[in-house]
Amino acid sequence: MGVLTNRFQDSVFFTTSDNIINWSRKSSLWPQTFGIACCAIEMISAGCSRYDLDRFGVVFRPSPRQSDVMIVAGTVTRKMAPIVRRLYDQMAEPRYVIAMGTCAISGGVYNTYAVVQGVDCIIPVDIHVAGCPPRPEALLHGFLQLQDKITGTRVLRAEEPETLPSPEGA
Amino acid sequence: MMAAEVPLAKVLERFGGKVELDETATDMPCLFVPPDDLVELCLFLRDDAELQFNFLSDICGLDFHPETPRFMLVYHLVSIPNHWRLRLKCRLFDPPAAPTITPVWTTANWHEREAYDMYGITFDGHPDLRRLYMWDEFDGFPMRRDFPLRGYKDNYNPLGATRRDVGGGA
Repeated sequence: MGVLTNRFQDSVFFTTSDNIINWSRKSSLWPQTFGIACCAIEMISAGCSRYDLDRFGVVFRPSPRQSDVMIVAGTVTRKMAPIVRRLYDQMAEPRYVIAMGTCAISGGVYNTYAVVQGVDCIIPVDIHVAGCPPRPEALLHGFLQLQDKITGTRVLRAEEPETLPSPEGA
Repeated sequence: MMAAEVPLAKVLERFGGKVELDETATDMPCLFVPPDDLVELCLFLRDDAELQFNFLSDICGLDFHPETPRFMLVYHLVSIPNHWRLRLKCRLFDPPAAPTITPVWTTANWHEREAYDMYGITFDGHPDLRRLYMWDEFDGFPMRRDFPLRGYKDNYNPLGATRRDVGGGA
């Protein structure tokens, strides 16, 4: 650190805008308090003190307006599908979806007339957490995967421009 | 043992010939009744001072496709004061229709809506004959034997049967 030592005031550090935005996004992933079936029990368990999702900044919020992540925890029936879609639409961007458990991923054993065959049919899914139901550790792993995914995204320049602005001012 | 206790002789005598005893039933006494005499029989079973069948336990639908008569309704009654159970079977042709027994036992309202929802059995005089489980726009009666197990193919259900593959059901 020789060159930089004592060159700046306290509390100054350098990063890129994308990094700090992504860091703040991934550090406060707030899921909806929303469970559909038995996977919700594992989700609740993951949120309680034994597994403690809070330590990742994952705090359940009771309103879609305040939440960033939708955990689709359970079987999505055809009758529930419009409600799931509406809850997703009510979330502010950026928003992420974790499909938790086999039913949410593919319909699972419920290959019937009454069940949506994978929540991908109604909303885009970022992370699939396999299991029937997944253990809380698996859901934690899903959140870590989602954080990894957010880390790599570009916010300010999401599209690569035709020509990069050069330091010389072109 | 229980079958011997229920005084069915007076019921059979009262409805002379129209109501038959099902000899094959072993778990509880069972009567066959044509739909035209169903309400009268139910009122008699409920109001007779000795019988007092004051509780309708459930109503089931059955589909014997391709046999004729195709449908059957099964009513399970309980006489709470006497600790008696009784089963009524009612054969129905296609299209199936039966009189409602909602005025006799109020709980029949939702049971009959369920039978309508799943089997398409209409109940004449029912106060509110709508689907109970499936959404209003749902096409078909899913518990019928000619309804495809996986339902019909659409955006939510890519694994379903196409309409041409199957004959009836809807």
